Amino acid sequence: MKKDNQWPLWEVFIRSKQGLNHKHVGSLHATDQQMAIKNARDVYARRNEGVSIWVVKSEHIHASSPDKNDCFFDPANDKVYRHPTFYNIPDQIDHM
Amino acid sequence: MQNQASYITFLTRLADNNLILGHRLSEWCGHGPELEQDIALINVALDLIGQSRFLYQKIGDLEQKTEDQIAYFRDAGQFYNLLLCELPNEHFGTTILRQYLYDQFHYLVLEQLISSSDEFLVSYAKKSIKEVEYHVMQSKAWVIRLGDGTEKSHQKIKASLDKLWPYTDEFFMMDSVEDPLLEAEKIKKQWLVKVNQTLSEATLEAPEQTWPQKGGKWGKHTEHLGFILADMQFLQRAYPDAKAW
Repeated sequence: MKKDNQWPLWEVFIRSKQGLNHKHVGSLHATDQQMAIKNARDVYARRNEGVSIWVVKSEHIHASSPDKNDCFFDPANDKVYRHPTFYNIPDQIDHM
Repeated sequence: MQNQASYITFLTRLADNNLILGHRLSEWCGHGPELEQDIALINVALDLIGQSRFLYQKIGDLEQKTEDQIAYFRDAGQFYNLLLCELPNEHFGTTILRQYLYDQFHYLVLEQLISSSDEFLVSYAKKSIKEVEYHVMQSKAWVIRLGDGTEKSHQKIKASLDKLWPYTDEFFMMDSVEDPLLEAEKIKKQWLVKVNQTLSEATLEAPEQTWPQKGGKWGKHTEHLGFILADMQFLQRAYPDAKAW
Protein backbone atom coordinates (compact mmCIF):
# COMPACT_ATOMS: atom_id res chain seq x y z
CA MET A 1 0.00 0.00 0.00
CA LYS A 2 0.96 3.61 -0.31
CA LYS A 3 2.73 5.10 2.68
CA ASP A 4 -0.03 7.53 3.51
CA ASN A 5 -0.73 6.30 7.04
CA GLN A 6 -4.00 4.75 5.93
CA TRP A 7 -4.95 1.21 6.81
CA PRO A 8 -5.16 -1.07 3.76
CA LEU A 9 -8.30 -0.87 1.67
CA TRP A 10 -10.70 -3.83 1.38
CA GLU A 11 -13.60 -4.51 -0.96
CA VAL A 12 -16.74 -5.88 0.65
CA PHE A 13 -19.16 -8.41 -0.85
CA ILE A 14 -22.43 -9.32 0.80
CA ARG A 15 -24.87 -12.14 0.15
CA SER A 16 -28.23 -10.62 0.89
CA LYS A 17 -30.02 -13.93 1.26
CA GLN A 18 -29.45 -17.61 0.73
CA GLY A 19 -29.45 -18.50 -2.94
CA LEU A 20 -28.23 -15.14 -4.16
CA ASN A 21 -24.68 -14.30 -5.11
CA HIS A 22 -22.36 -12.16 -3.07
CA LYS A 23 -22.56 -8.66 -4.42
CA HIS A 24 -20.06 -5.86 -4.17
CA VAL A 25 -21.36 -3.23 -1.76
CA GLY A 26 -18.39 -0.93 -1.16
CA SER A 27 -15.01 -0.67 0.47
CA LEU A 28 -13.48 0.09 3.84
CA HIS A 29 -10.19 0.32 5.74
CA ALA A 30 -8.89 -2.35 8.11
CA THR A 31 -5.52 -3.69 9.24
CA ASP A 32 -6.27 -7.37 8.62
CA GLN A 33 -8.96 -9.78 7.46
CA GLN A 34 -10.58 -10.29 10.89
CA MET A 35 -10.96 -6.57 11.39
CA ALA A 36 -12.16 -6.15 7.82
CA ILE A 37 -15.00 -8.62 8.36
CA LYS A 38 -16.05 -6.98 11.63
CA ASN A 39 -15.88 -3.55 10.06
CA ALA A 40 -17.91 -4.77 7.12
CA ARG A 41 -20.54 -6.09 9.49
CA ASP A 42 -20.74 -2.71 11.20
CA VAL A 43 -20.55 -0.53 8.13
CA TYR A 44 -22.48 -2.52 5.53
CA ALA A 45 -24.63 -5.10 7.31
CA ARG A 46 -26.19 -3.29 10.24
CA ARG A 47 -29.59 -2.87 8.63
CA ASN A 48 -30.22 -6.50 7.99
CA GLU A 49 -28.55 -6.46 4.58
CA GLY A 50 -26.98 -9.84 4.60
CA VAL A 51 -26.36 -13.39 5.65
CA SER A 52 -22.74 -13.70 4.56
CA ILE A 53 -19.79 -11.36 4.08
CA TRP A 54 -16.68 -11.68 1.93
CA VAL A 55 -13.78 -9.25 2.04
CA VAL A 56 -10.92 -9.01 -0.43
CA LYS A 57 -7.97 -6.68 -0.27
CA SER A 58 -8.49 -4.08 -2.95
CA GLU A 59 -4.98 -4.61 -4.26
CA HIS A 60 -5.96 -8.15 -5.22
CA ILE A 61 -8.67 -6.94 -7.56
CA HIS A 62 -7.57 -6.53 -11.15
CA ALA A 63 -9.81 -4.64 -13.48
CA SER A 64 -10.28 -4.58 -17.23
CA SER A 65 -9.11 -1.38 -18.81
CA PRO A 66 -11.78 1.13 -19.85
CA ASP A 67 -9.89 2.02 -23.08
CA LYS A 68 -10.26 -1.57 -24.20
CA ASN A 69 -14.05 -1.47 -23.86
CA ASP A 70 -14.55 -1.44 -27.63
CA CYS A 71 -12.78 -4.70 -28.30
CA PHE A 72 -13.78 -6.29 -25.00
CA PHE A 73 -17.51 -5.76 -25.02
CA ASP A 74 -18.85 -4.37 -28.26
CA PRO A 75 -18.44 -7.56 -30.33
CA ALA A 76 -20.95 -9.29 -28.04
CA ASN A 77 -23.65 -6.74 -28.81
CA ASP A 78 -25.00 -8.21 -32.03
CA LYS A 79 -24.71 -11.89 -31.14
CA VAL A 80 -28.16 -12.54 -29.85
CA TYR A 81 -27.74 -16.29 -30.30
CA ARG A 82 -25.40 -16.34 -27.34
CA HIS A 83 -28.24 -15.49 -24.96
CA PRO A 84 -30.46 -18.38 -23.92
CA THR A 85 -33.61 -16.32 -24.44
CA PHE A 86 -35.53 -19.02 -26.29
CA TYR A 87 -36.46 -21.05 -23.23
CA ASN A 88 -39.48 -20.73 -21.02
CA ILE A 89 -38.38 -20.54 -17.42
CA PRO A 90 -40.76 -21.97 -14.82
CA ASP A 91 -42.06 -19.39 -12.33
CA GLN A 92 -40.70 -21.32 -9.37
CA ILE A 93 -37.15 -20.51 -10.43
CA ASP A 94 -36.62 -17.11 -8.90
CA HIS A 95 -33.05 -16.15 -9.47
CA MET A 96 -31.84 -16.83 -12.98
CA MET B 1 -40.26 -13.96 44.66
CA GLN B 2 -38.98 -10.52 45.55
CA ASN B 3 -41.24 -7.54 46.11
CA GLN B 4 -41.96 -5.05 43.38
CA ALA B 5 -39.71 -2.24 44.67
CA SER B 6 -36.73 -4.55 44.70
CA TYR B 7 -37.60 -5.90 41.24
CA ILE B 8 -37.76 -2.34 39.89
CA THR B 9 -34.37 -1.56 41.42
CA PHE B 10 -33.01 -4.66 39.70
CA LEU B 11 -34.33 -3.53 36.33
CA THR B 12 -33.14 0.04 36.93
CA ARG B 13 -29.59 -1.09 37.59
CA LEU B 14 -29.51 -3.10 34.36
CA ALA B 15 -31.09 -0.27 32.40
CA ASP B 16 -28.94 2.52 33.84
CA ASN B 17 -25.73 0.62 33.09
CA ASN B 18 -26.78 0.41 29.46
CA LEU B 19 -28.07 3.95 29.14
CA ILE B 20 -25.08 5.63 30.77
CA LEU B 21 -22.48 3.52 28.98
CA GLY B 22 -24.42 3.92 25.74
CA HIS B 23 -24.42 7.67 26.21
CA ARG B 24 -20.70 7.66 26.95
CA LEU B 25 -20.04 5.72 23.75
CA SER B 26 -22.26 8.06 21.78
CA GLU B 27 -19.82 10.86 22.63
CA TRP B 28 -17.48 9.20 20.13
CA CYS B 29 -19.88 9.90 17.28
CA GLY B 30 -17.91 11.79 14.67
CA HIS B 31 -14.68 11.50 16.71
CA GLY B 32 -13.73 7.84 16.21
CA PRO B 33 -10.11 7.13 15.34
CA GLU B 34 -11.20 5.60 12.03
CA LEU B 35 -14.49 5.93 10.21
CA GLU B 36 -15.14 2.21 10.61
CA GLN B 37 -14.44 2.26 14.36
CA ASP B 38 -16.61 5.32 14.75
CA ILE B 39 -19.54 3.43 13.24
CA ALA B 40 -18.72 0.30 15.24
CA LEU B 41 -18.73 2.17 18.55
CA ILE B 42 -21.97 3.89 17.73
CA ASN B 43 -23.60 0.59 16.79
CA VAL B 44 -22.76 -0.65 20.26
CA ALA B 45 -24.04 2.59 21.78
CA LEU B 46 -27.34 2.16 19.98
CA ASP B 47 -27.62 -1.48 21.04
CA LEU B 48 -27.11 -0.50 24.67
CA ILE B 49 -29.53 2.40 24.56
CA GLY B 50 -32.08 0.15 22.84
CA GLN B 51 -31.67 -2.40 25.63
CA SER B 52 -32.15 0.28 28.26
CA ARG B 53 -35.36 1.43 26.55
CA PHE B 54 -36.75 -2.10 26.64
CA LEU B 55 -36.20 -2.10 30.41
CA TYR B 56 -37.44 1.46 31.04
CA GLN B 57 -40.64 0.63 29.20
CA LYS B 58 -41.18 -2.30 31.56
CA ILE B 59 -40.42 -0.13 34.59
CA GLY B 60 -42.77 2.48 33.13
CA ASP B 61 -45.56 -0.11 32.96
CA LEU B 62 -45.02 -0.99 36.59
CA GLU B 63 -44.80 2.61 37.79
CA GLN B 64 -47.22 4.29 35.37
CA LYS B 65 -44.50 6.47 33.87
CA THR B 66 -43.09 6.92 30.39
CA GLU B 67 -39.60 5.76 29.49
CA ASP B 68 -38.59 9.38 28.90
CA GLN B 69 -39.70 10.40 32.38
CA ILE B 70 -37.52 7.67 33.81
CA ALA B 71 -34.47 8.45 31.69
CA TYR B 72 -34.62 12.23 31.76
CA PHE B 73 -36.26 13.27 35.01
CA ARG B 74 -34.14 11.52 37.58
CA ASP B 75 -31.12 13.10 39.26
CA ALA B 76 -27.75 11.47 39.84
CA GLY B 77 -28.69 9.98 43.22
CA GLN B 78 -31.53 8.05 41.60
CA PHE B 79 -29.32 6.46 38.94
CA TYR B 80 -28.06 3.00 39.87
CA ASN B 81 -25.47 2.31 37.19
CA LEU B 82 -22.04 0.84 37.93
CA LEU B 83 -19.37 3.52 38.40
CA LEU B 84 -17.36 1.99 35.55
CA CYS B 85 -20.09 2.93 33.07
CA GLU B 86 -19.85 6.65 33.80
CA LEU B 87 -16.05 7.00 33.66
CA PRO B 88 -14.77 9.35 30.95
CA ASN B 89 -13.86 7.97 27.54
CA GLU B 90 -10.31 9.35 27.59
CA HIS B 91 -8.53 7.79 24.59
CA PHE B 92 -9.76 4.92 22.41
CA GLY B 93 -7.77 2.38 24.48
CA THR B 94 -9.50 3.34 27.72
CA THR B 95 -12.89 3.34 26.04
CA ILE B 96 -12.46 -0.08 24.47
CA LEU B 97 -11.02 -1.62 27.64
CA ARG B 98 -13.87 -0.20 29.73
CA GLN B 99 -16.16 -1.70 27.12
CA TYR B 100 -14.53 -5.10 27.26
CA LEU B 101 -14.60 -5.31 31.06
CA TYR B 102 -18.29 -4.44 31.01
CA ASP B 103 -19.23 -6.54 27.94
CA GLN B 104 -17.78 -9.67 29.44
CA PHE B 105 -19.71 -9.08 32.66
CA HIS B 106 -22.86 -8.10 30.78
CA TYR B 107 -22.73 -11.33 28.78
CA LEU B 108 -22.48 -13.51 31.88
CA VAL B 109 -25.37 -11.67 33.53
CA LEU B 110 -27.58 -12.20 30.49
CA GLU B 111 -26.55 -15.84 30.31
CA GLN B 112 -27.89 -16.35 33.85
CA LEU B 113 -31.04 -14.35 33.20
CA ILE B 114 -31.90 -16.55 30.23
CA SER B 115 -32.52 -19.42 32.62
CA SER B 116 -34.28 -17.34 35.27
CA SER B 117 -37.90 -17.92 36.18
CA ASP B 118 -38.99 -14.40 35.28
CA GLU B 119 -40.60 -14.36 31.87
CA PHE B 120 -39.82 -10.75 31.11
CA LEU B 121 -36.14 -11.10 32.02
CA VAL B 122 -35.87 -14.22 29.91
CA SER B 123 -37.21 -12.41 26.85
CA TYR B 124 -34.98 -9.43 27.56
CA ALA B 125 -31.90 -11.59 27.94
CA LYS B 126 -32.61 -13.68 24.85
CA LYS B 127 -32.98 -10.59 22.73
CA SER B 128 -29.93 -8.82 24.15
CA ILE B 129 -27.41 -11.62 24.40
CA LYS B 130 -26.93 -11.84 20.64
CA GLU B 131 -25.98 -8.18 20.55
CA VAL B 132 -23.73 -8.50 23.55
CA GLU B 133 -21.99 -11.57 22.15
CA TYR B 134 -20.86 -9.35 19.30
CA HIS B 135 -19.87 -6.54 21.68
CA VAL B 136 -17.56 -8.95 23.49
CA MET B 137 -16.03 -10.14 20.23
CA GLN B 138 -15.39 -6.61 19.11
CA SER B 139 -13.97 -5.12 22.32
CA LYS B 140 -11.94 -8.21 23.15
CA ALA B 141 -10.24 -8.17 19.75
CA TRP B 142 -9.23 -4.55 20.30
CA VAL B 143 -7.87 -5.14 23.81
CA ILE B 144 -5.65 -7.90 22.42
CA ARG B 145 -4.66 -5.78 19.43
CA LEU B 146 -3.66 -2.81 21.56
CA GLY B 147 -2.10 -4.78 24.42
CA ASP B 148 -0.06 -6.95 22.07
CA GLY B 149 0.49 -4.11 19.61
CA THR B 150 3.25 -1.53 19.65
CA GLU B 151 5.18 -0.54 22.73
CA LYS B 152 3.22 2.68 22.89
CA SER B 153 -0.21 1.04 22.57
CA HIS B 154 0.83 -1.47 25.22
CA GLN B 155 1.87 1.23 27.67
CA LYS B 156 -1.28 3.22 27.10
CA ILE B 157 -3.72 0.36 27.59
CA LYS B 158 -1.74 -0.89 30.57
CA ALA B 159 -2.24 2.49 32.21
CA SER B 160 -5.96 2.29 31.36
CA LEU B 161 -6.14 -1.17 32.95
CA ASP B 162 -4.54 0.04 36.17
CA LYS B 163 -7.03 2.87 36.30
CA LEU B 164 -10.19 0.88 35.45
CA TRP B 165 -9.54 -2.35 37.30
CA PRO B 166 -10.57 -1.09 40.80
CA TYR B 167 -14.02 -0.34 39.37
CA THR B 168 -14.68 -3.95 38.41
CA ASP B 169 -15.21 -5.16 42.00
CA GLU B 170 -18.53 -3.37 42.04
CA PHE B 171 -19.82 -5.77 39.34
CA PHE B 172 -19.91 -8.59 41.86
CA MET B 173 -21.09 -6.73 44.95
CA MET B 174 -24.61 -8.04 44.81
CA ASP B 175 -27.21 -7.45 47.48
CA SER B 176 -30.74 -8.59 48.28
CA VAL B 177 -31.91 -6.96 45.04
CA GLU B 178 -29.84 -9.22 42.83
CA ASP B 179 -29.41 -12.31 44.98
CA PRO B 180 -32.74 -13.87 43.96
CA LEU B 181 -31.88 -13.56 40.27
CA LEU B 182 -28.10 -13.76 39.87
CA GLU B 183 -25.30 -15.84 41.33
CA ALA B 184 -22.57 -13.31 42.01
CA GLU B 185 -19.86 -15.80 42.90
CA LYS B 186 -20.37 -17.83 39.75
CA ILE B 187 -20.34 -14.74 37.55
CA LYS B 188 -17.20 -13.46 39.23
CA LYS B 189 -15.40 -16.77 38.77
CA GLN B 190 -16.33 -17.02 35.08
CA TRP B 191 -15.53 -13.38 34.48
CA LEU B 192 -12.07 -13.67 36.00
CA VAL B 193 -11.27 -16.72 33.89
CA LYS B 194 -12.39 -15.06 30.65
CA VAL B 195 -10.84 -11.68 31.37
CA ASN B 196 -7.53 -13.14 32.52
CA GLN B 197 -7.37 -15.22 29.34
CA THR B 198 -7.87 -12.13 27.23
CA LEU B 199 -5.40 -10.09 29.23
CA SER B 200 -2.75 -12.74 28.90
CA GLU B 201 -3.33 -12.87 25.14
CA ALA B 202 -2.92 -9.11 25.21
CA THR B 203 0.32 -9.51 27.21
CA LEU B 204 -1.28 -7.59 30.05
CA GLU B 205 -1.82 -8.45 33.69
CA ALA B 206 -4.53 -7.41 36.09
CA PRO B 207 -3.23 -5.30 38.99
CA GLU B 208 -2.91 -7.43 42.12
CA GLN B 209 -4.22 -5.47 45.04
CA THR B 210 -6.51 -2.55 44.48
CA TRP B 211 -8.91 -0.50 46.53
CA PRO B 212 -12.39 -1.32 45.19
CA GLN B 213 -14.38 1.63 43.93
CA LYS B 214 -18.06 1.23 44.56
CA GLY B 215 -21.25 3.19 45.04
CA GLY B 216 -23.00 3.61 41.70
CA LYS B 217 -25.41 0.75 42.23
CA TRP B 218 -26.61 2.49 45.38
CA GLY B 219 -26.83 5.96 43.85
CA LYS B 220 -23.43 7.25 45.02
CA HIS B 221 -21.61 8.45 41.95
CA THR B 222 -18.41 10.03 40.75
CA GLU B 223 -18.55 13.67 39.75
CA HIS B 224 -18.71 12.55 36.11
CA LEU B 225 -22.33 11.44 36.18
CA GLY B 226 -23.65 14.95 36.81
CA PHE B 227 -22.02 16.18 33.61
CA ILE B 228 -23.44 13.28 31.62
CA LEU B 229 -26.93 13.98 32.92
CA ALA B 230 -26.64 17.70 32.25
CA ASP B 231 -25.77 16.89 28.67
CA MET B 232 -28.30 14.12 28.23
CA GLN B 233 -31.26 15.63 30.05
CA PHE B 234 -31.01 19.30 29.12
CA LEU B 235 -33.38 19.28 26.17
CA GLN B 236 -36.12 17.28 27.87
CA ARG B 237 -35.94 19.43 30.97
CA ALA B 238 -35.89 22.71 29.06
CA TYR B 239 -38.85 21.68 26.91
CA PRO B 240 -40.62 18.99 28.91
CA ASP B 241 -43.80 18.98 26.84
CA ALA B 242 -42.21 19.14 23.41
CA LYS B 243 -43.65 16.50 21.11
CA ALA B 244 -41.09 16.70 18.34
CA TRP B 245 -37.52 17.97 18.17
